[in-house]
Amino acid sequence: MGRKIAGARSLRAAIIAATAMTASVTGATAQEENTLRFAFQGTLNALDPYSLNETFTLGMLGNVYEGLTKRDEDLEIIPGLAESWEMLEPLHWRFHLREDVTFANGNPFTADDVIFSAERVRAENSDMKTRIPADSEWVKVDDHTVDVKLQTPNPILIAEWDTWYIMDKEWSEENGLTNPISARDTNPGEAAYMANGTGPFQIDSHEPGVKTIYTVNEDWWGEVEHNLDQVVFTPIASDATRVAALLSGDVDLIEPVPVQDISRVDSNPDTDVLTGPELRVIHLGFNQIRDELPTSDVEGENPFRDARVRKAFYQAINIDAIKTRVMRDLATPVPLLIANELFADSGEFERWPYDPDAAKELLAEAGYPDGFTVGMDCPNDRYVNDEAICQAVVSMLAGIGVNIDLNAQPKAQYFAKVLAPGGYDTDFFLLGWTPSSFDSWNVLTNLATCRDESGAGGPFNLGGYCNEEVDALAKDIVVETDIEKRDAMIKQAYEILTSETSHIPLHQQSLAWGKRSNVDIVQRSDNQVLFYWAQVH
Amino acid sequence: MSEQTLTQVPARRSSRLKNALDSDLIYSLRKSPLTMVAAVVTLVLVLSAVFAPWIAPQNPYDPSSLSIMDSFYPPAWEADGDPRFLLGTDDQGRGLLSTILYGMRTSLAVGFASVIFAMVLGVTLGLVAGYFGGKTDSIIMRIADVQLTFPAILIALLIDGVARGLAGSHAYDEIVFGVLILSIGLSFWVQYARTVRGSVIVEANKEYVLAARLIGLGPITIMFRHVLPNVLGPVLVIATINLALAIITEATLSFLGVGAPLTQPSLGTLIRVGNDFLFSGEWWITIFPGVTLAVLALAVNLLGDWLRDALNPKLR
Repeated sequence: MGRKIAGARSLRAAIIAATAMTASVTGATAQEENTLRFAFQGTLNALDPYSLNETFTLGMLGNVYEGLTKRDEDLEIIPGLAESWEMLEPLHWRFHLREDVTFANGNPFTADDVIFSAERVRAENSDMKTRIPADSEWVKVDDHTVDVKLQTPNPILIAEWDTWYIMDKEWSEENGLTNPISARDTNPGEAAYMANGTGPFQIDSHEPGVKTIYTVNEDWWGEVEHNLDQVVFTPIASDATRVAALLSGDVDLIEPVPVQDISRVDSNPDTDVLTGPELRVIHLGFNQIRDELPTSDVEGENPFRDARVRKAFYQAINIDAIKTRVMRDLATPVPLLIANELFADSGEFERWPYDPDAAKELLAEAGYPDGFTVGMDCPNDRYVNDEAICQAVVSMLAGIGVNIDLNAQPKAQYFAKVLAPGGYDTDFFLLGWTPSSFDSWNVLTNLATCRDESGAGGPFNLGGYCNEEVDALAKDIVVETDIEKRDAMIKQAYEILTSETSHIPLHQQSLAWGKRSNVDIVQRSDNQVLFYWAQVH
Repeated sequence: MSEQTLTQVPARRSSRLKNALDSDLIYSLRKSPLTMVAAVVTLVLVLSAVFAPWIAPQNPYDPSSLSIMDSFYPPAWEADGDPRFLLGTDDQGRGLLSTILYGMRTSLAVGFASVIFAMVLGVTLGLVAGYFGGKTDSIIMRIADVQLTFPAILIALLIDGVARGLAGSHAYDEIVFGVLILSIGLSFWVQYARTVRGSVIVEANKEYVLAARLIGLGPITIMFRHVLPNVLGPVLVIATINLALAIITEATLSFLGVGAPLTQPSLGTLIRVGNDFLFSGEWWITIFPGVTLAVLALAVNLLGDWLRDALNPKLR
């Protein structure tokens, strides 16, 4: 049944693609004073803020929902729904909540909502379980004070709370949203497409894959920095159509500008490109937890469990070709799973050199002199040129005899397949990761600590790479308060990952937003599109 | 006696050829230079598609022969061109000339197969409807009427989407061409059915059918051996014109991303890929496959038009 519905989805996607032009035209006729019309390459699906831990979705919901903390233009942590907080003891934190806050439906924001959200974000089907420690205890002190009791010290407890959005307890219960909606659920019901947050905007209407209209939340508690009345979001999957829509004035803001069109958009007098380094690292991962790879012709064993095979794949990939040809130099190859800016000692690491001959030898040593066949999962509307990168990887791996069946699909289907709700159903994949705490521990614990089949452990370790030393280091890193010692442990963990080729880090992509010249907007290097800093002149 | 036979056989053959060349059909072909050009163009394109593996300089379906470093070469006559790639290369470093030849092979194969499928289905249903009449006729023709209210491309999209959902994306890649043929064929059968039904109703009351019935022939024999040959003319015309339509429908589906996969591009897939690079000045990726598709469709269409006129006794 689920599959049939998935089919209907892809059909709908096709029809949407066919009518994308018409959609953008109707968007233009609905224009009001100070409307910001925004187009992204992928769609916004369910509005449940715990369904999908993905920067784009979280950014779009960040206009509507708020966390206890927020981050400013420079990604510094600032107070959000919590006015202030203090660490009474290393294991006991206290949060003082803002008192004058209401949700969009008028309900007051209280400690009960925080405690409800803390339970909900740890519940089954939540994609955001790592936002708060599973064994932490949440206690209501009074209506606007909440205590958090931890089992182990956690100096970076609040680092990712800007994207842990607080939901209204009463509203969620009324609408049957007590438990998070699985990202895999293709027919989650009406409630999944509603939102009720405390943020500067509210969602007026939401048609997944077609159009989402944001209006201003007049009762917002904060100081208004935008001058918008309305935001209209339309997904436009085709690169050329998206650029054409910007150039012709059908939309005011697009993300991303395809790398091949940056100079064209920039040279147009009415449009500009905002570029900057993005903190996301695109990487390839291998399934090492399965005993046998279902998409492979190798039977009885999993070739990816052999580190030599993983290193062979690594060395077969010509990262400079991807950088210059696919990304047109708008990418920075990286040696680690974390952006160079986010780890002080990243300069001490180097990538394994591109060397197809060495790669062939490694494959032969591992017992696959003639290569093998394996399937690869790849999104085609999530990262900059994601599908083109995958295709390039396919032809590079063909050079060492490995035959890849590429399965590139829109992010909704892709994430539903490869993430925990889909049972991590992938053998070889491309994924991008931005640590939402901007810290290495997030990378290690999410991408590289052991997990079991059910996802307990590293929740975004899709391939199930497992090394007890890395696990132990990750546990120590999170409680270590001495920066130098902490960095030394992080470095040690990265050394293990590199020597075992746990993943293949590829590059940091560059941010490229295109906007009409009359639009001002803050581009944060985590690539969230936040309308509350936008001005239309 | 035997000597006579030996001498007679070649004579009979050459007279058959002569008869064919003297026929009205060939006469009207020779009278129309435009149709001659269309026929030659179609022939050249079909032949180069069929023999693509032998005449194409590269094999674009073999990923190990591709190098990403060869991507975005302009056509060979431009300053940065590479003589290995006469029409330039696409974003994956595939030579466009080779890719177009292979892509046309895909487009034509899907086109021919879906037309044959639609024709067999439509003619059979039309014969049955026209010959039996009554309820059978009503049911078949009402289904046809309902389907006629939808554009063919929507039907094709629907079938494609359902198949993709049922098969899952990995399995889908293996059956994609079958699904394409099925979805295009199913969206075009109605015209055949309606035309054949009309002709059958006219033919069914003629004496030769009555005579066949009188000597005790079964309905299947009568339909296929006696009625069918007499209604085949218009069917051939529809088939030719539909071939161009089927090729374009396949290209449209592939352009929308639901047809031929990127690793085995058809002309439509190539146009879609190139479309993303139009703004940045890499025009050749989309223009050359686009022109090829246009020329192919035009030539086949012209042939179809001519065939329709030539077989129409009123226009003679």
